[in-house]
Amino acid sequence: MSFERTDTSTLGRWWWTVDRLSLGAMILLIGIGMVLTFSASPAVAVRFGLGPYHFVKRQLIFGFPAMLVLAGASLLTPLQVRRLSAIGVMASVMMMVVVLVIGSDIGGAARWLTLAGLSIQPSEFFKPTFAVVIAWMFSEARLHPGFPGRQIATALLALGAVLLLAEPDVGQTLIISGIWGIEFFLAGLPLVMVGVLILLGAAGAVGAYFAFHHVQVRVAHFFDPRADGSYQVITALKAIHHGGLFGVGPGEGRLKLILPDAHTDFILAVAGEEFGVLVCVAVIALFALVVVRGLSRLNREDNLFIVLAASGLFSQFGLEAIVNMATTLRLMPAKGMTLPFISYGGSSTVGMALAMGMALALTRTRYPAEGAS
Amino acid sequence: MTLFPPRRGASGLHTGNDLQANVPAVRIDGVKAGALAVGHARLVAVAVAFGLTFGAIAVRMVDVGVFSHGLGLLYYHASANPTDVSRADIVDRNGVVLATSLPTVTLYARPKEIQNPVTATNKLLSVLPDLNRAKVLADLSSHRYFVYLHRDLTPHQQYLVNALGIPGLHFQKDERRVYPQGDLVAHLIGLTNIDNRGISGVEKEFDKRLRSSHKPLRLSIDIRMQQVVHDAVKNAVTRFSAVGGCGIIMNVDTGEVLAMVSFPDFDPNNPPAPNDPAMFNRATDGVYEMGSTFKLFDAAAAFKYGAATLESKFDASHPLDVNGAIIHDFDAQNRVLTVPEILIYSSNIGAARMALKMGADKQRAFLKSVGMLAPLHFQVPELGMPLYPRHDWRPINTATIAFGHGISVTPLHLITGVSALIDGGIYHNPTLLPVPPGATVPGHRVISTKISGEIRYLMRQVVLKGTGKFANVPGYDIGGKTGTAELVVNGRYKNHDVRSSFMAAFPMNDPRYAVLVLIDQPHGTKATYGLNEGAWVAAPAVARIISRIGPMVGFVPRKPQGTARGPRPASHGHRGIADTNRVSRPAKHNGAGTGRRGIALSSVPRDSSMEGRHVATD
Repeated sequence: MSFERTDTSTLGRWWWTVDRLSLGAMILLIGIGMVLTFSASPAVAVRFGLGPYHFVKRQLIFGFPAMLVLAGASLLTPLQVRRLSAIGVMASVMMMVVVLVIGSDIGGAARWLTLAGLSIQPSEFFKPTFAVVIAWMFSEARLHPGFPGRQIATALLALGAVLLLAEPDVGQTLIISGIWGIEFFLAGLPLVMVGVLILLGAAGAVGAYFAFHHVQVRVAHFFDPRADGSYQVITALKAIHHGGLFGVGPGEGRLKLILPDAHTDFILAVAGEEFGVLVCVAVIALFALVVVRGLSRLNREDNLFIVLAASGLFSQFGLEAIVNMATTLRLMPAKGMTLPFISYGGSSTVGMALAMGMALALTRTRYPAEGAS
Repeated sequence: MTLFPPRRGASGLHTGNDLQANVPAVRIDGVKAGALAVGHARLVAVAVAFGLTFGAIAVRMVDVGVFSHGLGLLYYHASANPTDVSRADIVDRNGVVLATSLPTVTLYARPKEIQNPVTATNKLLSVLPDLNRAKVLADLSSHRYFVYLHRDLTPHQQYLVNALGIPGLHFQKDERRVYPQGDLVAHLIGLTNIDNRGISGVEKEFDKRLRSSHKPLRLSIDIRMQQVVHDAVKNAVTRFSAVGGCGIIMNVDTGEVLAMVSFPDFDPNNPPAPNDPAMFNRATDGVYEMGSTFKLFDAAAAFKYGAATLESKFDASHPLDVNGAIIHDFDAQNRVLTVPEILIYSSNIGAARMALKMGADKQRAFLKSVGMLAPLHFQVPELGMPLYPRHDWRPINTATIAFGHGISVTPLHLITGVSALIDGGIYHNPTLLPVPPGATVPGHRVISTKISGEIRYLMRQVVLKGTGKFANVPGYDIGGKTGTAELVVNGRYKNHDVRSSFMAAFPMNDPRYAVLVLIDQPHGTKATYGLNEGAWVAAPAVARIISRIGPMVGFVPRKPQGTARGPRPASHGHRGIADTNRVSRPAKHNGAGTGRRGIALSSVPRDSSMEGRHVATD
């Protein structure tokens, strides 16, 4: 694609203002996700009694629309992003309520909603729109003293947390809490309150431990790797170790065959076994590039809403990647969390494409003259 | 393009107002500028935190993938784990597995959780057809908390039961003892009960050891020799339609039992009822009158106490009357016999006269010293108690005990005692545990090395010239002694039912291995002219054993000497009558005029099987 610098069409301006390096990294990640689904999913699909390429086909079906969503969302103006999110957060909250009533149960939790033949996980669309809407609330509160933006943002967090914990989905609750915490922090939360929040977060983690049996089990497995149920994480570690520096080669993985969630939560282990540690480190570097570069670019952004909203979206991306990879590498107790863009999953891929598209839209280079004309 | 662009200059700061389309950006006031300054500073902190976290993950990735810190623990978890079973293996001296434990699962049910006992029973029977339908249905319908349904499922059976998806069925980890050698070492190894406790044989004797350590228990048994002895004994028992038999190989230097077979035997993987006769270990538990093999002890004792020398002569010209009981020779020579001739012709009269000359006290003391009067110390619980005149050792007892009647010991007693006689005169306890090379085995002297050499000479003579000819294998310098004892039934010796044995060792110039075969109630065949004595039944079995184990233990057969007469002497046929192998007599006896004695051999070697007919009981 090439545009003249002087091209002032929508696409022309987009091309010269969007963060092309980050966009390229994201598209590369989606592509890697498709390749790894080829490696990781046939064994799982056969185990489920589906055709070997069931998940591959579906990942392709979702992968290209995801790229379109990514690019399309990045064309939006900040105002359009805010409006889309305001509508989206309301729609996804409603769907999450519906999920609790009539949701499909996959893997022990009711998280999916079947609409016109598509299984949709509303929480994947709640997270990015939530990040943008609370950024709006925080910035309004900061810029217009007296506006109860912080209270509204916190109430929205509470609503989302209740709906997610009811599914139950502790992992997503953790993510939206993280987004809320980071945005609140950036919006100028006094440091004393930051300390209080960290304590509250710890209390919340302890609370989750006592409230949810499966959380207790997973924490127990984290501390005792030989307990029966930590099979999945241990198999993942063995797979990575089996692959070594350069991997055993595409399709040559053996431990992936017995890894129950090879195509979703533990796809990094399959990447490690077949393509090696170097490729995995490159993938980690791509995630780090997107997050750190995205946050860094915000340093020259003067609009508080944009700083907060984009930070929230990049944080969502980074937190999900970190939770997924830390789980696979046994750095934290197992948490069902997809690896953004890479793991199989239509809702998570499209939802994440929306999030990153909006983040790219917000981080497009804007010149004062543009608005002033 | 830089990856992480520096902050743009402070000029042109503007607030969120420009979100409103076409609203001109305004320079921000103090409050807004302060908010942005704080936000930007904290943004750096957040970005750094994310960067460090991704860095830590990358480091961990390399650590897991390239190094293996802590992964050993994980592999331990998944590998086939010997500690999954609670009982150690039993192996032979070369590490061949004789007994091992396999992890299995046991199927049980909690009847209260079974929704439909009839459906569950039908489904279960479809994959486990050996279950008893009525019993399973009753169990599943009961109000008990817990019922066992099936022990020791195979992995496939477990999979099938699991696939039925019946709630209320559960699996419990279990283990099963497996004996890969089948009936080969059945008596010696013994059995375990359903709770994996040893109930017989080595399994019982070493029960604590097997349950406390996962290290395999190594026995002195050599499974190759065991196989050879098993073949030979089974073959003899079958050919002579015998009731049973046993065979033992012992290392004479150490007392290690290298092979021990009792027949009939059983498959320990599918054992018969506990009182089944096949479960009886004849080799350690059966006490038998051994017959003429005891003449070796008689001669050794007579030499030791000065009652006789190799050159002594005893009158066997007519039956011996001991206080009214008449002792006959079966193969009567009706003349005065030298001590070697007494052994060669197995003369009861000669043996009795030797014993009577020595006296009862010395005979008894000697038999005690070679272990014949007490149960053995040996590593199985099934040990027979010798039978002999406890209080009243009269002259007639002395006379008959000289040729192995009126005293009953186990086959293991006999081979252990004879091993002491030929191993330079040192008695060692028999043992089932391997003796490390070079280790000194405790023992006590029973005769001098000189007398030990004389006994070896006598045994060699028996094979060269006497009743043991069928045991000869050219080049192995085998020595031995036949034994044929009549059975006592209801207090009377029973005509024609005998126990035939052959007690052998090789090579006789420095014996390493003692071999004993005993066949219980053999019946003569056409090939043996209807004869069932040790010479015809047990001696050929011993010959087969020695010719097969010799190469196993690296024994190089000695080349026949004195072949000036042409063809190999052994080529004179199966009866070995003209075997001219030189006597492997101890050097100290060379030139004493006893090397070759011109003893004429009867055409058919006969053992003194009828001996003692008239002395049976009184």
